[in-house]
Amino acid sequence: MNIVRKLALSASMVALCCTAASAANLTVGFSQIGSESGWRAAETSVTKQEAEKRGVTLKFADAQQKQENQIKALRGFIAQGVDAILVAPVVATGWEEVLKEAKEAKIPVVLLDRGVDAPQDLYLTSVASDQVKEGRVAGEWLAKTVGSKDCRVVELQGTVGSTPAINRKKGFEEAIASSKNISIVRSQTGDFTRSKGKEVMEGFLKAENGGKNICAMYAHNDDMAVGAIQAIKDAGLKPGTDILVVSIDAVPDIFAAMMKGEANATVELTPNMAGPAFDALDAYLKSGKQPAKFIITESKLYTPADDPKGEYERRKGLGY
Amino acid sequence: MRRLSLSDIAKPQLLALAFILVLNWMVFPGFFNVTWQDGRLFGSLIDVINRGAPVAILAIGMTAIIATRGVDLSVGAVMAVAGAVAATSAVAGQPLIVTLAGALLVGLACGLWNGSLVAFLGIQPFVATLVLMVAGRGVAQLITEGSIVTFSDPALIFVGTGSVLGLPMPAVIALILMIAAHLVMRRTAIGLFVEAIGTNLSAANYTGLRARTVILGLYAFGGCCAALAGVIAAADIRGADANNAGLWLELDAILAVVIGGTSLLGGRFSIPMSVLGAVIIQAMNTGILVSGLPPEFNLIVKASVIILILVMQSDRVAEVVSRRFGRMTTRGK
Repeated sequence: MNIVRKLALSASMVALCCTAASAANLTVGFSQIGSESGWRAAETSVTKQEAEKRGVTLKFADAQQKQENQIKALRGFIAQGVDAILVAPVVATGWEEVLKEAKEAKIPVVLLDRGVDAPQDLYLTSVASDQVKEGRVAGEWLAKTVGSKDCRVVELQGTVGSTPAINRKKGFEEAIASSKNISIVRSQTGDFTRSKGKEVMEGFLKAENGGKNICAMYAHNDDMAVGAIQAIKDAGLKPGTDILVVSIDAVPDIFAAMMKGEANATVELTPNMAGPAFDALDAYLKSGKQPAKFIITESKLYTPADDPKGEYERRKGLGY
Repeated sequence: MRRLSLSDIAKPQLLALAFILVLNWMVFPGFFNVTWQDGRLFGSLIDVINRGAPVAILAIGMTAIIATRGVDLSVGAVMAVAGAVAATSAVAGQPLIVTLAGALLVGLACGLWNGSLVAFLGIQPFVATLVLMVAGRGVAQLITEGSIVTFSDPALIFVGTGSVLGLPMPAVIALILMIAAHLVMRRTAIGLFVEAIGTNLSAANYTGLRARTVILGLYAFGGCCAALAGVIAAADIRGADANNAGLWLELDAILAVVIGGTSLLGGRFSIPMSVLGAVIIQAMNTGILVSGLPPEFNLIVKASVIILILVMQSDRVAEVVSRRFGRMTTRGK
């Protein structure tokens, strides 16, 4: 019922905008997982912005974390004969059948941000970040910053067993492996949340001589880092100076911390997965150019030298 | 003559707490170090009571509900809703009193909703509160629009991170609430009402007790406690995180009540013991954090310790141990 109403609504929206838009207009269906995190909300709003910028008509469907809703949305898009489909798959398995249906209808499908366990010929390409690289960029920054100085690092891991936690840990360890002066002395999970990040950091500070033995803190996401920064301040130390703070994601609040000198570096997980996807689709539909099977987004490093105030303002409205 | 039982020598909960604290001290020798820093006490023990406070406050509300054979699964979600309300109110520039009143009123409304479903519609508490457990988080997400609403109102932040006489504010709030709730239960007839309802609802009704009103009131109190815990959790991180605030804390609260010795079958309860249960859980969590164990072991360690505590509390075990103990003293003679 809900889906039908949404489809009807988006159909009427299509009718509205097509009268005004150019002839070369594409209609693209986008099946989003939901809005479980600030990053996801930002991805949705950036996707809408990118579509508008290119004159693409975007049909948006929120799956509320359910794969069956996504499959229904995809079938709806196929029935309406959209030009292409973007999907951020909530789980990796169970996509084969609906992807085959799209292929039979000759509608290219682009996966955003996460992969699927299905034959590669069933989708055009996938746009995602390289999580191992994100960890590596963070580690390389730390190795470069501390130089030959001894550095005891504490690590706030993501949820135990989750792919980003495993990969971001791996990348960071790879990057500092050659620097014998840098060692990870404590590592615990903060479940990617602010409150757990703070609690875990409080424990680390006590266990490491009130924090005096800690040289740097690496967090698998910015939210945990923001919590940890508060814990460091409560312990009477200066985050960013006494303890270096490096994390991943580049959410607005870490730029706010950078403005105050309390965070040193963050690696961006860009919410703009749709931009490269639209570019690949455009080239494919216009000239039949086959894109690379895996498009990897840039993992850009931000430090206080990169205009944190501007970055904060730029990201604030995206729904993070 | 009354037989000597283990619980006469020492409450098993106190033994459990001592056991965990000693264990923590063994894995981290500095565990008992408490120093004075920036006008407050600082140390792992302080972390235990500070971090344990939200679950302790939840457990205070949960104890009386469980004593009437009920349960409130929605407290974690109510925390998220109250935190979201408090944060948006603080961002809008409202003074602390308005922010607190708003959050507590929302908690009260949630509690009254749960209580009405249980008391007047006769829905099983498990199912009735499950509704709000699921829907509440959605409401919180609607209020915050899916993002973390950060605020910088110093008065509200003080509720989560301030200190009174060197003690962390959340612990002070939990302590005051515990004493107040305990006095209301034990110095008035309300505690007896709760025990009567939990022991036998029909019998309580036949004695002329207005059981429905009492049950409604208990769930309303539980909602307020959850809202208070939610405000503290939000103030602690200076933001309302609708997706994660209070997530799974209803389970910790129920566990704290059970460790405290309140019967899930109703009738027997103790609020201070539930708070002790919350402290035991947090002592374990903090111990894991300072021990340096890899995070993969967190849940295994927690589960093993909890099983051990529950075995220590079991009447059967107490009986066997005291019989052994008894025999040994006879032989000694």
